[in-house]
Amino acid sequence: MDKEAIIQVKNLRTQFGRTVIHSDLNLTIYRGEIISIVGGSGTGKTVLLRQMLRLEKPKQGTINIFGVEINNANSYANAEQVAYFRSRSGMLFQHGALYSALSVFDNVAQPMRELKVLPEALIRDAVYLKLDMAGIAPEHAGKMPASLSGGMVKRVALARALALEPDILFLDEPTSGLDPDSSDAFVALIQSLHKELGFTVVMVTHDLDTLVALSSRIAVLADKHIIALGTVEEVIQCQHPFIQQYFLGARGRRALTALNEQTG
Amino acid sequence: MIKSEPPKLTEVSSLSNSQQSTVALTGCWQVHAFSDNHLLKKVSAALANFAQQTHLQWDLSQVSALDHIGAQLLWNCWGKKRPAQLILLPAQEFFFQRLEKANALKIPRSTKSRLYSVMQLGAAMLNFISHLAAFTVLLGQLILDVGHVIRHPSRTPSKEISANIFQMGFNALGITALVGILIGVVLSYLSAQQLRTFGGDIYIINILGISIIRELGPLLAAILVAGRSGSAITAQLGVMRVTEELDAMLVMGIPHGLRLILPKVIALAIVMPLLVIWTDTMALIGGMLSANFILDMSPQFFIAKLPDVVAIANFYIGLIKGVTFGAVIGLVACHFGLRIKPNTESLGQGTTTSVVSAITVVIILDAIFAILFKNVGYF
Repeated sequence: MDKEAIIQVKNLRTQFGRTVIHSDLNLTIYRGEIISIVGGSGTGKTVLLRQMLRLEKPKQGTINIFGVEINNANSYANAEQVAYFRSRSGMLFQHGALYSALSVFDNVAQPMRELKVLPEALIRDAVYLKLDMAGIAPEHAGKMPASLSGGMVKRVALARALALEPDILFLDEPTSGLDPDSSDAFVALIQSLHKELGFTVVMVTHDLDTLVALSSRIAVLADKHIIALGTVEEVIQCQHPFIQQYFLGARGRRALTALNEQTG
Repeated sequence: MIKSEPPKLTEVSSLSNSQQSTVALTGCWQVHAFSDNHLLKKVSAALANFAQQTHLQWDLSQVSALDHIGAQLLWNCWGKKRPAQLILLPAQEFFFQRLEKANALKIPRSTKSRLYSVMQLGAAMLNFISHLAAFTVLLGQLILDVGHVIRHPSRTPSKEISANIFQMGFNALGITALVGILIGVVLSYLSAQQLRTFGGDIYIINILGISIIRELGPLLAAILVAGRSGSAITAQLGVMRVTEELDAMLVMGIPHGLRLILPKVIALAIVMPLLVIWTDTMALIGGMLSANFILDMSPQFFIAKLPDVVAIANFYIGLIKGVTFGAVIGLVACHFGLRIKPNTESLGQGTTTSVVSAITVVIILDAIFAILFKNVGYF
């Protein structure tokens, strides 16, 4: 299978005031993979994700998505290209970021209505389908986000992120704030949807179980750039102290044992 | 280029055999490909056309990309079931399996009663009554809290009160001064024109004195404070509801009444009469200077004559109004702030309603004052 690069981060430098967050960071993400970005707190994982989403501008370097310079330190991407990128990518925010004034149904319908071409009857069917895919029963569609549990908020937010069936799905801490059962269920949900829809996933997570269960590759962010990139087995070979501590500490070993049991 | 495949779709009705005709779909059947309005209309029209024919073979094997929305479009055209003859790629199988499963979903129907408008009226009435009830409870709680503070003076939330006085009083000096001066100027110019035609220049002092000290000063200050501090109080309490700070206070045993509402209401009741004096002064200065310009009336004369034509009772009435208006604005703002639900729309709506209600209540009270004190303050 040939690998088509879908996201390319080149020579990225990020700086807040005098604090350098990323320096000379390079990362290539291929179509169809699930890549996790890990690193200690304050290493700029979320910042990198936000830069890929064009929510923040880098100091130097470029980010190419779909072969287009979507975020460049020195120039602006053209509006049509950005609109295409926006309609082909979905983001699941850490706390869901559901529109609190809209019902569950309207939250998921919003991206479809925004296209201004789909008839309301089609949107209706499509919204219930998306909610079903995310594991939300139709009777919850009329509820307001404030009356949903944490797990349901994430599911509705996932349904909204998937509304236009994006090529790239960005996940920021997808299982944070969920109990272990819902967390496992959510991981399984993302796995099955990924298998079915074949989108690319870029994920930032702290949770080792999620990381090990989902990722096809892991990018470790430390010392202002990516220090290791590869499968779990490849990454733990690296002798960097952060990786040793993170993966081979007590929690990491537990997660890895579980992985070994699963695979064979 | 950005678009990997042209979002083009064609329906070829190829008459291959004698009776059997095939609809062949090509191109990209994904939602972004439809984003050109005319394209979707054309496709829908073509689909509607085919939907009436029953013995068609549907060939999807040439479709380069499909998603659920594209599949749904076809599915709806087929009457939500698989057509008898359908050629699918294995990868497309998933989409239609999903849609088949989705048929079983029980979609709740929104029931709109025939008495909807009557019910709406009833709901509005009940809503009004619940507002009145909650406001009464709030007022009662405030009175209890005041009693509590009088019995236990050490519990007085003095820091909160002084912070509120600074924010709602001192910070409002600029805007009340500006509005006061301008209203004084306007009033002076308008009445001077009229008075001059009758040769009654001297009465400008009566007009400015009575109207500003008794009526306009308190009202202007109240309206400005309602817009400025009333909205701030409502929004603050509303955001505290959204971020669960209100609940956190209750959990720590800090009562809302004593620490949030009482300091705001007391601070406004203290600050409003002071702002009234300030606004009165500014408006009179504005009027006095204008009178100097257009009627050649010296400020010394104006000041000397003022106590002779305006009874001091008017000033006291203005102060009483100030205290009342201040307390009422505080109470109304707190009332609406505490009723905000944890969502953004409610926050905006609550703040608007709070300011509008506060101003309305202030004007109603003003009318009541005018009736109650109809015999007071005139020579």
